[in-house]
Amino acid sequence: MTTTKSKVAYSPVFTDGAEFRIPTFKLLKQDGKLYKSAKAPDLDKDKALRIYRAMVTTRILDERMLAAQRQGRLSFYMQCTGEEAAVIGSAAALDDGDMIMAQYREQGALTYRGFTIDEFMNQLFGNEMDYGKGRQMPVHYGSKKLNYMTISSPLATQIPQATGYAYGQKLRGEGHCTITYFGEGAASEGDFHAALNMAAVHRVPVIFLCRNNGYAISTPAAEQFAADGVAPRAYGYKMDVIRVDGNDILAMYQATQEARKLAVEHNRPVLIEAMSYRLAAHSSSDDPSGYRSKDEEAVWREKDPILRMRLWLESKKWWSEDDEKQLQENMRREVLETMKRAQKRPPPPLESLVSDVYDEVPPALAEQFDRLKAHIRRYPDEYPKSAEHAKGGA
Amino acid sequence: MSKMNMLQAINNALDTAMAEDERVLCFGEDVGVFGGVFRATSNLQQKYGKARCFNTPLVEQGIIGFANGLAAQGSVPVAEIQFADYIFPAFDQIVNESAKFRYRSGNLFNVGGLTIRAPYGGGIAGGLYHSQSPEAYFAHTPGLKIVVPRNPHQAKGLLLAAIHDPNPTLFFEPKRLYRASVGEVPDEDYRLPLGEAEVTKEGTDVTILGWGAQMEVIDQAVERAEKDGISCEVIDLRTILPWDVETVANSVFKTGRLVVTHEAPLTGGFAGEIAATIQERCFLYLESPIARVTGMDTPFPLVLEKEHLPNHLKVYDAIRASVEF
Repeated sequence: MTTTKSKVAYSPVFTDGAEFRIPTFKLLKQDGKLYKSAKAPDLDKDKALRIYRAMVTTRILDERMLAAQRQGRLSFYMQCTGEEAAVIGSAAALDDGDMIMAQYREQGALTYRGFTIDEFMNQLFGNEMDYGKGRQMPVHYGSKKLNYMTISSPLATQIPQATGYAYGQKLRGEGHCTITYFGEGAASEGDFHAALNMAAVHRVPVIFLCRNNGYAISTPAAEQFAADGVAPRAYGYKMDVIRVDGNDILAMYQATQEARKLAVEHNRPVLIEAMSYRLAAHSSSDDPSGYRSKDEEAVWREKDPILRMRLWLESKKWWSEDDEKQLQENMRREVLETMKRAQKRPPPPLESLVSDVYDEVPPALAEQFDRLKAHIRRYPDEYPKSAEHAKGGA
Repeated sequence: MSKMNMLQAINNALDTAMAEDERVLCFGEDVGVFGGVFRATSNLQQKYGKARCFNTPLVEQGIIGFANGLAAQGSVPVAEIQFADYIFPAFDQIVNESAKFRYRSGNLFNVGGLTIRAPYGGGIAGGLYHSQSPEAYFAHTPGLKIVVPRNPHQAKGLLLAAIHDPNPTLFFEPKRLYRASVGEVPDEDYRLPLGEAEVTKEGTDVTILGWGAQMEVIDQAVERAEKDGISCEVIDLRTILPWDVETVANSVFKTGRLVVTHEAPLTGGFAGEIAATIQERCFLYLESPIARVTGMDTPFPLVLEKEHLPNHLKVYDAIRASVEF
């Protein structure tokens, strides 16, 4: 039995889906004015400013921490630069109780939810106050209280997990959904297809947000897929889909708001393809000059999503030159001061090497740990970070 | 108490867990109304509804990814992989995700509620892809628990323990025993300890260690060896990871000899890990080299399955060689 209700053809007719040209939803022009027939979403001043502050904070954090990486203070960093509207506009359209399962470039969503600069810094420096206990590379944030799942490096693994998480939310019936973020490169992974198909079949309240930023490290989107972006894949799963100008904060906000209604009220999963551009390098270890031109970057720098929102806020008289100056100064100072404090904090205790593998340390691992401590005690100068901790216990 | 085969015991364990806790969910390929290709989930959908027992699309990485998310959310998923041979598309989700979820988040999040069930092992003329014993791949991954039951009573008690254990657990079911192994099983909820081996027979000359369907093979070999006057101690490891070094070492202190047997190939098999650990622990007590009786270093064959498998004759030979060394 098949569920495909196909028309019959008596000669071989091939189709390539070219009839499905998906439009790009836009509201806001680069000059901060709405397109002629566009109508701004219902967004009050307080929320608009919360969004804007999160965007600016993210930009400043990224600039400052990349510089810190270049100075050798940090081992690694990844910037969200250029994609702040895609990430924060979508996160802002959710309930703060909804789950976020991100890839690694979505620190803007965390900023919006209220992750403090101090919390960012503790993770980046892997100090004793890092929730992740210094176990993961920088930018692998997580927050239980802000419903932000700890980042995992393997690409796309979070996508089917989001489907599962949201299925659990549906069973619980508290009206929450899950949003999962990933790049257009990660969408090539098998986990992407598994996740979307399962979500459609089981009618799961999940929003799949693809940040199509043009590049998977150096591989351009044109070498990632032959189709018109990622969006048309939704048809194959019978899923609602929308393509949005990812640099347009109002369009991202409204599209996600509507997607959330479909997900939560109708158990319809949604795919959102946010068209944007990764203005920065893939990571601090990457140099984009090897695979794209300065001219290309300049075109996208002109489409800066933060400036676009600022111009809109100014047109509404919700933001001024002075407000901007003050925010910039305050944030730069806070980032610097907080960084200095976090950098001085001690590393996590030696015990964190073996805790949390299981709920309890199994006997064989406890034995390995005792041997390690005895070894460190024999060479305390070679292990300065942990020599003190090794003194305690057996 | 009821007389059950291993499939009925597993079905009964799932039924028990689902009745007690509405957060317990069973899903996988053909798991829904059909009850799974081996019928381990029979009647569960009828009893607990489609939301809690259901078919998934045919995508192992999706099944385990979905299960990881559910477990992180607070549900208690019992995901079925139709055959252990087909678990590899989900390897990334199990090894990089399930196993590391708690550690990498500093215990903010965990998938401790997760249990993955998979029919496993040879002896049913299943050839390359319906016969494998992949426990050693997973035993190399801290964060996972791996359990293999030897009979219906063990299957129910260990599966209920796995479902309630606060760590992600792989539960490999020796499918050769599904209908062949029959025994008395308590009707109520009971849990057998994970991480503890069981001495199933005491003896003084040599220790024979195995798990799952191999325990029957060991019993046959031991019966023959005892006729020769060799006193055998038999241990069912039950949990492969983390494994019970203490019980095995204590036995070898006493007997001075160890034979380890599993169906999986020799090279890189879990017997190698056991042999290395026990020679470290018991070096001065050993009377003979630790012997490994395993499948050969080949893909799992079809027609020559009997020749390939570590049967009771091969185990018997190893016992003799160990004692006569």
